[in-house]
Amino acid sequence: MLEPVKTLGTRAERKRLLDVQGVKVAYGAIAALKGVSLSVGEGEVVALIGANGAGKTSTLRAVSGMLKPVGGSITLRGQDITGHKAHTLVPKGMAHAPEGRGIFPNLTVEENLKLGAFLRHDTDGIEADAEKSFTFFPVLKERRKQMAGTLSGGEQQMLAISRALMSRPQLLLLDEPSLGLAPQVTQTIFRILREVNAQGVSILLVEQNAHLALGLCHWAYVLETGEVVMNGTGAELLQSDDIRKAYLGE
Amino acid sequence: MLRSLTPVAIAIAVLALVQVLLNTFEMEFVSVLAMKVGISVILAVSLNIINGMTGQFSIGHAGFMAVGAYTASALTLTLADYRLSFLPPALSDQVYFVLALLVGGAAAALAGFLVGLPSLRLRGDYLAIVTLGFGEIIRVVVQNSPSLGGSLGLNNVPGYTTVAMVWFWAFVVVLLAFRLSQSPHGRALWAIREDEVAAEAMGVDTTGYKVRAFVVSSFFAGVAGGLFTHYLRIATPAKFDFMLSMEVVVMVVAGGLGSTTGAATAAIFLTLLPEGLRTLFRSVGPEDGSWADKVDQVRMPIYGLLLVIIMLTRPQGIFGRHEVWDRWLKPKKKPVPA
Ligand SMILES: Nc1ncnc2c1ncn2[C@@H]1O[C@H](COP(=O)(O)OP(=O)(O)OP(=O)(O)O)[C@@H](O)[C@H]1O
Ligand SMILES: [Mg+2]
Repeated sequence: MLEPVKTLGTRAERKRLLDVQGVKVAYGAIAALKGVSLSVGEGEVVALIGANGAGKTSTLRAVSGMLKPVGGSITLRGQDITGHKAHTLVPKGMAHAPEGRGIFPNLTVEENLKLGAFLRHDTDGIEADAEKSFTFFPVLKERRKQMAGTLSGGEQQMLAISRALMSRPQLLLLDEPSLGLAPQVTQTIFRILREVNAQGVSILLVEQNAHLALGLCHWAYVLETGEVVMNGTGAELLQSDDIRKAYLGE
Repeated sequence: MLRSLTPVAIAIAVLALVQVLLNTFEMEFVSVLAMKVGISVILAVSLNIINGMTGQFSIGHAGFMAVGAYTASALTLTLADYRLSFLPPALSDQVYFVLALLVGGAAAALAGFLVGLPSLRLRGDYLAIVTLGFGEIIRVVVQNSPSLGGSLGLNNVPGYTTVAMVWFWAFVVVLLAFRLSQSPHGRALWAIREDEVAAEAMGVDTTGYKVRAFVVSSFFAGVAGGLFTHYLRIATPAKFDFMLSMEVVVMVVAGGLGSTTGAATAAIFLTLLPEGLRTLFRSVGPEDGSWADKVDQVRMPIYGLLLVIIMLTRPQGIFGRHEVWDRWLKPKKKPVPA
C-alpha cells in the first residue's frame, strides 16, 4: 500500500483550480452526464471512480475540451472555459492523457515527448523535462529512438503520462493509467504520480482500481450513470460499506 | 531570409541556362516531356502535403487545378492585348504569366479554404467526399458558363509555358515541402496524421493546421493548372476530370504518403511510363499506331491495379514517410557488442 499523499489542510481552505458545475454531456439522444459537479483544488489529487459506462471518460473529455457539454459550466482558476477547444486549454495549464493512451505510434519516444511540449519554445527547458521523464521512467530512455507503437502497454502508459507532463501543466487529467498493467507497473506509475503531485501538479484521476485511487487521493467522487452519488476523502470512502461492496469487491 | 533566397536564385540561374540550351538545340520532344513531368511533380508534391503529411484524403486535386487554370487563362487572354512597353515582348509575356499563375494559385487557394474549412472540421473521410463533389461541380459549372467557353473551353490560350517556368514552380513546391516537414508546422501535421485527438490534446490547433495545409496544397494545384493550360494552349473542362485527380492520388500513394521525394519520384516515373510506352509502340507496333493509341485507354486500369497491389503489399508506399536518401544517410545498425 502506498503512503497517503501529504495533507493539505481542510478542503474548504484550498483554492479552487477546476470547478465543474452541473455539466451535461449527450451522445446523440443518449445522456451520458446528467449534471456532474465536482472540483479540484490547487495541489490536490482528486479521484473519479465508477463502474463501466458511468461517464468518467466523458467527464474528462468535457473538462479538457474534447467534447462540448450541452449544459453546465466549467471554470479553470475562475475563468470560464466551457466549450473551449482542447488546444486552447493546453496553454492555460491543462494536460489530458486520454483513455487508451493516444500516443503517436509511428513516431519515436523522443518525438512523442517533443510533441508534448508543442507549445513551448524553451529548448533547454524541454530537454530538461525530457530528462526528468527519463529519470521517472528509465525504460523510456533506453527506448528513446524506438517507435512508440512498438512499446509494451505499460511503457506506452509511461510515455503517455510523461508526454502529458511535457507541457508543464498545473492540472493533469489521467484516464485509467492502470488499465491493462501488471500490478508492479501500476505501483510504479502511482508512485510517480505522487511525486508529480508533490511538485505542485494537481491531478484529476479516473481509475477502475478504486483501492489505489482512493489510497492516493485527497478527495474522491463516485460517479453512477452520469451523476455524482457520493464524495469525500479517500479514507472516508474506503470505510463506506456501499463503496466496499460496489467497487472494492468486499 | 537570405538563406532561403539563395537556393531560389541558383535554381533560376540553372533553369535559365537549361532553357537556353533547349531553345538553341530545338529539343521539342524533350521539352514537352519535361513540362509534363514537371507539372506532375507539382501536383503530386502539393497533394502529398495534405494526403501524405497531414493524413487527410483529398481526391479533388483536379478541381483546384481547374480553378487555377481558368483564372490564369482568362487573365492572360485579357492581358495579351496590353504590352509592358518597357520590356521586350517575350519578357512582358512572362511577367504577365507569372502574375496570372499567382492569381490562379490564389483563386485555387481561396477555393481550398472554402471547401476545406467546413469539411476539415469534421472527420477525415468527409474531405474525400466533399473534394470529389467539388471537382465535379467545378467541371459542370465551367461546362455551363459561356464566358468560359462552355465544354469547348477557352481557345487560343497563349503558349507561355516553358520548361524553366514549370521546373521553377516544381522547385518552389519541393523546397517548401521540405522546409515544412522540418518545421514545428510539419511536426504538427505529423501529429494530426498519427492521432488527431491526441494532437489536439498536445495543443495543436488541428482544424487550423489542416486548413492551412489544404490551402497551400490547393494553391500549387492552381499554379499547376495554369502551367497546364498555357502548355496545351487550350482550357477545356474535360481535361480536369476525376481521372486526373486519381492519377495524382496514385502518384502520392505509390511514392509513399508523406515522402516528398517519393511523391516526386512516382510522379516522374508514372508520367514518363506512358510516354515511353507510346514511343515504343509507335516504333515496334503496327503502322497505324493503334497500339500507341491504346496506351491511354489501359492507363487507368493499370493505375487502379497498381493502387491495389501497393495497398496490399506495401500500404505505406514505396518510400513510406522516408525521403529517397534516408536509406543512405542513416547509419547502418550494427549489433552492439556486449
Ligand atoms: N462516442 C460515443 N457515442 C455514443 N455513446 C457514447 C460515446 N462515448 C461514450 N458513450 C456512452 O456514454 C456513457 C458514458 O461513457 P464513458 O466512456 O464516459 O464511461 P466511463 O465511465 O469512462 O466507462 P469505462 O470505465 O468503461 O471507461 C456510456 O454509456 C457510453 O456507452
Ligand atoms: Mg472510460
